[in-house]
Amino acid sequence: MSDLTNLTVAQIRDGHRAGEFSAVEVAEAFNANVADAKALNAFIVETPDHAIAAAKKADADRAAGTLKPLSGVPIGMKDLFATNGVQTTAASHMLEGFVPRYESTVSQKLWDAGCGMLGKLNLDQFAMGSSNETSYFGNVISPWRRKDGGNAALAPGGSSGGSSAAIAARLCPAATGTDTGGSIRQPAAFTGISGIKPTYGRCSRWGIVAFASSLDQAGPMARDIRDCAILLENMAGFDPKDATSLDQPVPNWEAALSSDLKGKKVGIPKEYRLDGIDADIAAMWDAGIAMLKDAGAEVVDISLPHTKYALPAYYIIAPAEASSNLARYDGVRYGLRELPQGAGLQDMYAATRAEGFGPEVKRRIMIGTYVLSAGFYDAYYTQAQKVRTLIARDFDNAFGSCDVILAPTAPSAAFGLGEKTADPLSMYLNDVFAVPASLAGLPAMSVPAALNREGLPLGLQIIGKAFDEQGVLNAGLAIEERAGFTARAEKWW
Amino acid sequence: MSEYRIKGETGEWEVVIGLEVHAQVTSNAKLFSGAATAFGAEPNTQVSLVDAAMPGMLPVPNRECIRQAVRTGMAIEAVINKWSRFDRKNYFYADLPQGYQISQLYHPLVGEGSLTIEADEKAGIPQAKRIGIERIHVEQDAGKLMHDQHPSMSYVDLNRSGVALMEIVSRPDMRSPAEAGAYVRKLRSILRYVGSCDGNMEEGSMRADVNVSVRRPGDEFGTRTETKNVNSVRFVMAVIESEAKRQIELIESGGTVVQETRLYDPDRNETRSMRSKEDAHDYRYFPDPDLLPLELDDAFLEECRASLPELPDAKRARYIAAGISAYNADVLTAEVEAARWFDALLEAGAKPVAAANWVTSELFGALNRLGTDISKSPVSPAQAAELLGLVADGTISGTIAKQVFEKMLETGDGAADIVEREGLKQTSDTGAIEAEIAKVLAANADKVEQYKAGKEALFGFFVGQTMKAMQGKANPQVVNELLKKALA
Repeated sequence: MSDLTNLTVAQIRDGHRAGEFSAVEVAEAFNANVADAKALNAFIVETPDHAIAAAKKADADRAAGTLKPLSGVPIGMKDLFATNGVQTTAASHMLEGFVPRYESTVSQKLWDAGCGMLGKLNLDQFAMGSSNETSYFGNVISPWRRKDGGNAALAPGGSSGGSSAAIAARLCPAATGTDTGGSIRQPAAFTGISGIKPTYGRCSRWGIVAFASSLDQAGPMARDIRDCAILLENMAGFDPKDATSLDQPVPNWEAALSSDLKGKKVGIPKEYRLDGIDADIAAMWDAGIAMLKDAGAEVVDISLPHTKYALPAYYIIAPAEASSNLARYDGVRYGLRELPQGAGLQDMYAATRAEGFGPEVKRRIMIGTYVLSAGFYDAYYTQAQKVRTLIARDFDNAFGSCDVILAPTAPSAAFGLGEKTADPLSMYLNDVFAVPASLAGLPAMSVPAALNREGLPLGLQIIGKAFDEQGVLNAGLAIEERAGFTARAEKWW
Repeated sequence: MSEYRIKGETGEWEVVIGLEVHAQVTSNAKLFSGAATAFGAEPNTQVSLVDAAMPGMLPVPNRECIRQAVRTGMAIEAVINKWSRFDRKNYFYADLPQGYQISQLYHPLVGEGSLTIEADEKAGIPQAKRIGIERIHVEQDAGKLMHDQHPSMSYVDLNRSGVALMEIVSRPDMRSPAEAGAYVRKLRSILRYVGSCDGNMEEGSMRADVNVSVRRPGDEFGTRTETKNVNSVRFVMAVIESEAKRQIELIESGGTVVQETRLYDPDRNETRSMRSKEDAHDYRYFPDPDLLPLELDDAFLEECRASLPELPDAKRARYIAAGISAYNADVLTAEVEAARWFDALLEAGAKPVAAANWVTSELFGALNRLGTDISKSPVSPAQAAELLGLVADGTISGTIAKQVFEKMLETGDGAADIVEREGLKQTSDTGAIEAEIAKVLAANADKVEQYKAGKEALFGFFVGQTMKAMQGKANPQVVNELLKKALA
């Protein structure tokens, strides 16, 4: 039998259904890869027993003829999703040892669909970061290395860096991610996998540790477009426990996958063609345009005039919401409590939060607190909200003349660990192409399209109209079929 | 017009009062979670994951709480904002699990409205007065700290955490403690009519932040102070008196009032400073990103409006139109239970004026004596209507009615049965009455002499003696007529 860990979600599902292998064999194969990949530090907690138990159930269900949509498929769960009885940390010391007695809506839906859990995946602390270096539990190391003879450790992207690294290294066939300002798309691009952030509200936020509520959105990360469609169908859906949840039926995205783009228009935003754009990125983008034309689409130039204000607006709105969302970590009810001898309430707050939060989290809490404070609110927060409205309007206008938008996912390939940690601004700039779609709440995905001259993967981003995940997936499929991206990281771990 | 003025060392002062009343919304569940809200439950037994602000938990607005606030807004004839929004008020405290309170600063649910306080000469309110209400917004309550459970630590009870409150903000339209007291009582009455708050100030369902400033009559507003969490009408009035006096003494001795938050100490009847404006929190209000704006459709508003009961002002006007005195109408409409009881009495056929007099004197007197309230009255409106009917049709006299009512309270039996059983029916048998009158006049020949000499006040004595001889059962009108004839 070929290596089961090379199978996609669809192949595992269909092969298991057809009796080609048992779910337990699949779970054991992935558990073994997980156990063998400590060097990547992709997992905070490994849960082989959970995966095996779900696999046994899947095998029994197959025997009983009661298979579920994802029976036999083990996945990784980003450690931002609350999992009942399994430590949930958001990669922060603040929540180290915190074991929820509740299950996030999205993870529950996946378990109900038959998935098993291989473990809780590492991430940037409270999902704040683009390189996975802010995790309290140590950074994830990308399985990819530059083909330059060196062995510099590279960033797997962030914040869903555990998810991206684990999929790229075949530790799991798919994983959950969350995307606030690119946290699914950028790590997917860095590691040569696919990932989709659906329309804001598609996936319930209930039980996901909040970073910035108006932007946070869960989505799947996997090896190909079909797997993203399959996973998303089983993650999305209206949830009365989330007031921002979309009350709309979940389409059958997998069944409607089609790479025939005849009659579709693809917009190319001129503002994304930055001065000094990386030549490999530019070449990949041009190749992507050609691929979509080849698939029958008409290519049109569009303008998103407020793009340059997106990143500053994002770095006001997201920290503002975070500064408030993270106020609950105060040492009173759960998580870390630092109570120095003789300390009063204020001292306990200060000591707990000083000890519990990492530097990037503290930086964003301070930025957020500042921009919301009296006298600065209008200059920062109100202005940023106006920019957000203008950016959404830009997209509305653009979608008057096109169906999807094609752009790079990130301005560079994966960078080395430590290369950007001293300069938070250059780190933030890595989100420049990802953030506009987040601010507008639009579905957007990254699909691997090429390798750069150093042999590192590059991703193309497809942004769609609100609720049109199908259009995004179909354009992604057209690229996937034509790019023929089969490269994978050579095993060194 | 007798305006309320405080005489200082240097002249007269006017006091300006605005009230922010926090009223707990009557609802089985909290504003953003499904947890229960009953008063007096064991600590931390009514706490959901949302109320404890566990990681990843989200608020979902409770439709019933919104409905109650909208109905309240309609009852004060306020603008209902079909688009409103929740904001976060950020601050750290151990009784505030989220680290913020969800409230409505920028776009409240209910806009400008008003209520009217009635004239009350005795209290120094010469005429009815309209008090403006700036807004009503809905917000979460906080939990409660318990300092007496452990020698060195405070415990937290989150039962109240997330309970829905309406904050009802008045305009600074009140000018005396009496007006403020009347405002709170009237507001409480309206809330209880609407059923949106039980108005129970002892249990904390209603409490007021009292804003007070003083000025020379006609001057600009002075600097105000805000005294927090005052939990009775009496204390609201006391706070205003003591705080106005403190401010006047301060100004007259050369000081200036600073804008600050104060606390009331009922034991010493004084307010003391809690924090000044300078060290006030910066609450960093911003729209709650977990919640979409609240948009109300016409059908919802129509349902809210249709579900409103007759309100105190309309009821009072209806009673007065039926001939009931303004005073009795006030007394009967103040508490919704009394008004409902009285309406049931009218529906059972009682005549309005006689019924109003009987309820406000006989029934209230009896309930007071028994230490109970009207909702637990041992006599039902139907039973009372029967009793009043017997008086109205001349079957018994008012005096006998009092006896019958006592028996009704004791036994729970119907009025007609008691009258029958005890033989209390009044008589209009002129022969029997005339016979007794003759006896009375014969036994009191000296008084008859005096009466005829002009001491007409003695007439009542003869009536009383005759009634006594008739054991109270004579028809008083007939007695009057026959006596007049006999003494002519």
